[in-house]
Amino acid sequence: MSAAVPPVTYDSARRGLPIVSEALALWDFRHLVSELVSRDIKVRYKRSVLGIAWTMLSPLVNMVALTIVFSEILKTQIANFPVYLLTGSLLWTFFAQGTSYAASLTVDAGDITRRIYVPRSVFVAVSVGVALVNLLLSLIPLLVIILVTRHPISAAWLFLPVAILVVTLFTAGIGLLVFTMSSRFVDVKETYLVILSTWFFLTPIFYVPAIVPEKFRWLITLNPVTHILKLFRAPIYEGRIPGARVLALSVAVALVSLAAGWLFYSRKNEDYGTRG
Amino acid sequence: MKTTVLEADAAPQAEAEPLRVTPPPAQPLPHLPPAIELESVSVRYAFEQEPILSLKEYAIRSLQGRIQHGELVALSNISLAIRPGESVGVIGPNGAGKSTLLKVMARVRRPSEGRVRVRGRVAPLMELGLGFHGELTGRENIILQGAFLGFSRKEMLQRVDRVAAFAELEPFLDVPVRTYSTGMASRLAFAVATDVDPDILLIDEVLSVGDERFRAKCHDRMMSFRERGKTFFLVSHSLGDVVVNCERALWISEGRVVMDGAPEAVTDAYHAWSQSGAATPQPQPAR
Repeated sequence: MSAAVPPVTYDSARRGLPIVSEALALWDFRHLVSELVSRDIKVRYKRSVLGIAWTMLSPLVNMVALTIVFSEILKTQIANFPVYLLTGSLLWTFFAQGTSYAASLTVDAGDITRRIYVPRSVFVAVSVGVALVNLLLSLIPLLVIILVTRHPISAAWLFLPVAILVVTLFTAGIGLLVFTMSSRFVDVKETYLVILSTWFFLTPIFYVPAIVPEKFRWLITLNPVTHILKLFRAPIYEGRIPGARVLALSVAVALVSLAAGWLFYSRKNEDYGTRG
Repeated sequence: MKTTVLEADAAPQAEAEPLRVTPPPAQPLPHLPPAIELESVSVRYAFEQEPILSLKEYAIRSLQGRIQHGELVALSNISLAIRPGESVGVIGPNGAGKSTLLKVMARVRRPSEGRVRVRGRVAPLMELGLGFHGELTGRENIILQGAFLGFSRKEMLQRVDRVAAFAELEPFLDVPVRTYSTGMASRLAFAVATDVDPDILLIDEVLSVGDERFRAKCHDRMMSFRERGKTFFLVSHSLGDVVVNCERALWISEGRVVMDGAPEAVTDAYHAWSQSGAATPQPQPAR
């Protein structure tokens, strides 16, 4: 018989604030997050011939097709359209993938958390993590396009980590909201996909806000992704660090999103997660 | 042996009065706090009378005020203390609350009322192969399983060889798990879960792993857990497993402890009750 009795490792009565205890729980399971992210990426590419190259190829192919449509057929006035478009679509893909994949992980999450203890936020972190890896990988084709089109590369690129951090926080917040709702209701995922496709057109990805008629422009301005996109596009496309106002606005939007998502998740997750 | 006599008498009369023979279990040593402690634990599941799965339906119905909430009692006022080093087997009919009891201890389900305290590292062995991914190799899955239990990649890399050796899967360590037989996958899962050196092992219906020889190996490992003073808690439909592996048995029905005592006595009484076909109030379905 072991002499020393281990300390209390779990006490259902000692809870503390859910927003704090859930954050600590997620930290405890950080290894699981990184393992699941790498599992996801490995599995996704293991059986495809092109492997990881596919992540880099698919935005390229997309971009070439869209560039032909917009510059040859629709005669867009945007200078160096490929770079303008690719910066927009990479950021959008990150956001859309990071949030919608979270919604589709609820089934896996339920299977696991009904049997062993794993904080459910792990699955949102995995979703955002996978999207982040894909974003970083697709910076390589972006760089190729930039070199091919002889677009200047400036020192403003050093600002990119900040831009990526801000969009990650924003995506995590929306991801938590969608994930938590989707854990409870089966139709949230489809509904969200419909919202996303509308949201895409309200974001200046393949157009500049200036071409939008005055009376609709508020829609674009109200869209938080518009502002976050500026953070990402300014250093790459315009070669400058975004202004303080844009930065402050984007950071505020990202923090509000994260706070709302985390609050909602930590309040509802236990109820929603143990139903189905 | 007293319990056997009492229980044998009580079982046929189950129709008249609910079984409530609860002999005192082996008392926890006064100076050692229990490894697992349940104080008046109840678990209730809330649900809607008609399950509402879609947001659309929920919105419409809540506007109409047509959502009826129901409640399902899975565990009802259970108090239990399990000594460090004790091996406890749980038996009972389907839906008695056995799995819920395990979930409450594993932190999967928070009690609706009462308090659960656990002392020591818990390894849940709830469903073998949970979280396994067919496309990943045995080695990758060992690391992933460890991560589910809270271990880092570095910690698991040191264990890979030992786990593979125990599971007798060294030659297959670098092939995808989808090529494994069910038995191989179960052996791997058992080997990982028991290699992480938990203080408390929670086991749900998984002892029937692999062939005779591997089962013997599992049994040996359980014995060595017992010798090293580890606590384990086993849910099983196999009364034989409980008698062989445990020093204490709980019979659970309708979310309550019907009997708590020596494994032979409890399993005999349970067996007698099962054979007698004595009616008891309909158990509450538990998940």
